[in-house]
Amino acid sequence: MTETEFLLWVRGPAFQIATAIFVVGIIVRILEILILGRKPNLAEARGSAVAGGFRTIITRTWPDSGTFKRSGFTLIAGYVFHTGLFVTILLFAPHILVIDEVLGIGWPALPTPVVDATAVITIIALVVVLLHRIKDPVLRFLSRFQDYFVWFLTILPVITGYVAFHRIGLPPPTLIAIHILSVELLMIAFPFTKLAHAFTLFISRWYNGAIAGYRGVNS
Amino acid sequence: MKNDQTLGEILRQQGISRRGFLKFCVATASLLALPPGMVPAIAAALEKARRPSVIWLSFQECTGCTESLTRSDAASIEDLIFNTISLDYHHTLQAASGTGAEDARESAMKENWGKYVLVVDGSIPTGNPGYSTIAGISNVEMLMEAAAGAAAIVAVGSCASFGGIPHASPNPTGAVSVTDLISDKPIVNVPGCPPIPVVIAGVLTHFLTFGIPELDELHRPLAFYGKSIHDRCYRRPFYDKGLFAESFDDEGAKKGWCLYKLGCKGPTTYNACATTKWNQGTSFPIQSGHPCLGCSQPDFWDAGGFYHALSIPTEDTARTVLYGAATGVAAGLALGGLNRARKAHAARKHEKVTINDLEKGG
Repeated sequence: MTETEFLLWVRGPAFQIATAIFVVGIIVRILEILILGRKPNLAEARGSAVAGGFRTIITRTWPDSGTFKRSGFTLIAGYVFHTGLFVTILLFAPHILVIDEVLGIGWPALPTPVVDATAVITIIALVVVLLHRIKDPVLRFLSRFQDYFVWFLTILPVITGYVAFHRIGLPPPTLIAIHILSVELLMIAFPFTKLAHAFTLFISRWYNGAIAGYRGVNS
Repeated sequence: MKNDQTLGEILRQQGISRRGFLKFCVATASLLALPPGMVPAIAAALEKARRPSVIWLSFQECTGCTESLTRSDAASIEDLIFNTISLDYHHTLQAASGTGAEDARESAMKENWGKYVLVVDGSIPTGNPGYSTIAGISNVEMLMEAAAGAAAIVAVGSCASFGGIPHASPNPTGAVSVTDLISDKPIVNVPGCPPIPVVIAGVLTHFLTFGIPELDELHRPLAFYGKSIHDRCYRRPFYDKGLFAESFDDEGAKKGWCLYKLGCKGPTTYNACATTKWNQGTSFPIQSGHPCLGCSQPDFWDAGGFYHALSIPTEDTARTVLYGAATGVAAGLALGGLNRARKAHAARKHEKVTINDLEKGG
């Protein structure tokens, strides 16, 4: 397989397979959660479940001071790499071009040096998060193989993307192909691992908020 | 011209001044990214260089490479260097044909066995020897015979370097490149469709002065193919700022913004177009408003479309998303129903434990 054939396979059949698994997987997982539902609460409502649900979706985005004091490091590092991923994935011109091609929607890109710097910060933040997970006895105790695996799948596209952008070591088409392949691995694993939190976090926030709202409690 | 004259003697005979010659040496040194201190060395080596015998074989090609090399309009010193190589066989340029031409090739090979430079343009068909023949000799046979006595081989153009357009899918003739067939000779690939004339002059000058130039993993001289078009593109600042032409006639295109979104292959293409440019340094494709096709890269013809950026999928992903979503909804509803049924079953089977049961047990 030549470098061009590899790139074409990655951009063609492999991308279709990854997209199909990703879309089917995510929809199945979300529908399973929604259809399973919750036990009906027979107590008299003391507040609005809907209002509570929406409120919590928004309020949980910002940590309360108690949580911040307890695990400020995790919060900051988490915010940095999540923001970094958002910028590198969604505000880099070639990525927007892919989204535009697939979904027909596009938006302006950030200057590439900004995205480049963000990628470096993201990689550093992800490494720091891993070191913290290994060093902290409680986190280490709670960590399973999957936690390390999804960390690897997350950092891999950032690193391969950075290397492809700067064209280090291998012919550029091969570097781009490796980068796209690493994203495809992430897409395939996404629905079936903890990575699915990107879609399910709002559902769980909603349930927490709705339960509290029904009871007339702020959450 | 006799073969035993040195290049210096020939250039002086043709009325080239010492000053003009040195200017060429300075230009060559800078082209090859050599330090200025190397200029006298280039001059001295060129002065003493004997006219190398060059045998030029044209296989499955369009003559564009030969056109490129011979059509550099003004009479330049590069032309003279070309005139001063002993081009002993080039069936497109020479007047003789048939047996006479083949005799010339064979006698040139015999006289300069082990010393001549073999230049190849065009790919070599391996499917059937009859696909491309010269005087009844198949391309493979002629290449192998001529390569055996060559000091070095220069594959000119993308066809000879990587198979080029004849090699494009589905490759009906089984076209291959020179490097696919020969591995025991120094091979310099000078790809491009066509390659830049000054690059071939530079490669020949390097060969005359310092031997085989430093090559990359695709056998291309690093001096010309060491940097990507993207890195040397004058439109690069627009890429970095995120300013792109969205179509060929929008405001961005008129302002000369980056052509990445129109399919420019500059980021993955290694060539000297953005620096040496074409037509005596007049312009190059991106400067004239067209994205780079990536013609000096292997398989550029099959790289997913000239007007599609390298990053985007080649198949209809929107359709996959739609079908995937439909499948996902169907599968999700089915699995959700199964889960509910299991939940209801578990609830029915649930036996309540009373205080009496516990007391009995204890």
